[in-house]
Amino acid sequence: MNRFVLADCTSVDAALSQLHDGAVVKAGGVDLLDRMKDGIEEPPKLVNIRNIAELRGIHETDHGLTIGPLATLAEISEHPAIRSQYQILSDACGHAATPHIRNMATVGGNLLQRIQCWYYRSADFQCLRKGKDFCFAFGGLNQYHAIMDYGSCPAVAPSSAAVALLGLNSSVELTSAKRGKRTVGIRELYVVPDANPTKFTVIEPDELLTAIVVPRPTPGTRSAYQKYGEKESFDWAIADAGVVLEMDGNVCRRAVITMGAASPVVRRSAQAEAALAGQPITEETARAAGRASVEGALPLSMNAYKVDLFPVAVYRTILLAAGQRDRDPSAAG
Amino acid sequence: MAKRNQHDPTSGEENPQTQSAADSARNGITRRGFLKGAGLTAAGTALLDGVHAFSSETAGNRKGVTELGPGPVPVRLHVNGAEHVVQIEPRTTLAEALRIHLGMTGTKIICDRGVCSGCTVWLDKMPVNSCMTLAVDAVGHQVTTIEGIAGEGELHPLQAAFVRHDAMQCGFCTPGMVMSCAALLERNASPSEQDVRQAVSGNLCRCGTYPKVFAATLDVAGSTRNA
Repeated sequence: MNRFVLADCTSVDAALSQLHDGAVVKAGGVDLLDRMKDGIEEPPKLVNIRNIAELRGIHETDHGLTIGPLATLAEISEHPAIRSQYQILSDACGHAATPHIRNMATVGGNLLQRIQCWYYRSADFQCLRKGKDFCFAFGGLNQYHAIMDYGSCPAVAPSSAAVALLGLNSSVELTSAKRGKRTVGIRELYVVPDANPTKFTVIEPDELLTAIVVPRPTPGTRSAYQKYGEKESFDWAIADAGVVLEMDGNVCRRAVITMGAASPVVRRSAQAEAALAGQPITEETARAAGRASVEGALPLSMNAYKVDLFPVAVYRTILLAAGQRDRDPSAAG
Repeated sequence: MAKRNQHDPTSGEENPQTQSAADSARNGITRRGFLKGAGLTAAGTALLDGVHAFSSETAGNRKGVTELGPGPVPVRLHVNGAEHVVQIEPRTTLAEALRIHLGMTGTKIICDRGVCSGCTVWLDKMPVNSCMTLAVDAVGHQVTTIEGIAGEGELHPLQAAFVRHDAMQCGFCTPGMVMSCAALLERNASPSEQDVRQAVSGNLCRCGTYPKVFAATLDVAGSTRNA
């Protein structure tokens, strides 16, 4: 890890004043230190926002939740209101990484963590996402990579929280000293590699993620998130699913189905959602939605298994959300 | 022993390990001692000694910003109930500060990426990976390491249970396992096996001692319940 200046800040204004000349934001530091230890980033200055009290806390408002970006994954997963009304979010945060990491990692950092592609994470490979012109994954080892929407880079979206927050139609508040605040939806937060391979999010170097806003689900909404990995204790997702069902009795008025490990940016599956809209939630309709979730998939040389795994993740998570099935013991985390 | 070594071609001056053992016997230098000494360099500026120091008028403080480093700065850490001042660069992890600067080598650095939890310590009783925590981020918090959970001259009940149940093989993951399970017992005196599994779900043991770790932890929980 390179040497750096640590600018420890106690207010948002103080932090914003430091965001120039290559300074990067550090909150929990889990993903940033990981990248620095791997030698793929060498920032001259870290702006430590960890001690900024105004960025902490989970607040219930008239319209839903406002979550401080420094809320840890553990705090979110254990929050009573989130556990009862936003289960998809407590599921996603409560099964990310390990219990130890969940005590340290912030939800803001989870949203903004970089891709886990092993070529990107290795200092020995200068790839497209590091400003070069070649992707090693297409012709190399790609068993954990994308099966949909990948364009020029098939590294998958790494954030479990994003899968949940997209399902809940959430947005983030971005603040800059010069331009003030703006609000960006979760999907719009991420930049697809074809648009700009080295810009992972729309956040500018002088901007700070200052809040996450989650609208309150309509009454009768049920939701869940599950992910599958190579091992059950903890793992990155090889397939995952977020499910939000607006129910009218046993009939699903409207469904939102989200997926993370299928594509470079977290996605909603319009096909899976259409398979459930206006239907009762049953074994059959859930399976149909699962199959629909991988329509148009184009697996790479080593990841065709994901085309079989995603429908299972989607189908089982729909039944979990609907209360027709327990959490899958073979799901990860 | 000494006589046999004289006739052993791998011993004596040609064996680096024996060499260093011989050196230390001669002049008191050990590898660990040498590394510790190398960590103690010149003094820096203002002492960083509490979360509130960040917002007070310490040197370099300007409108809620305190700049530290990149060189060594004095930092006050609270470890196992005692105060320590260490001279560290901001990039020093808590695990490195504990092992290299404070000589508390019970905390293990194995993966150094937050994947194996061998470096588990408590920050205000919460188990965290000290390898992915900057030491300066521990300022103002109570750090507890494996050296700090036992009472004077006796093992922590969980350590005793690990011995009783033979809950270790190579032992490298053991400090992290004990810290994870002891943290669980701090917040839940009678956990289920599922709770124990969950608590160590981030602790990698490649010898496969998990069943005995579960048994040892549940044993302590049982005795607490019966007490």
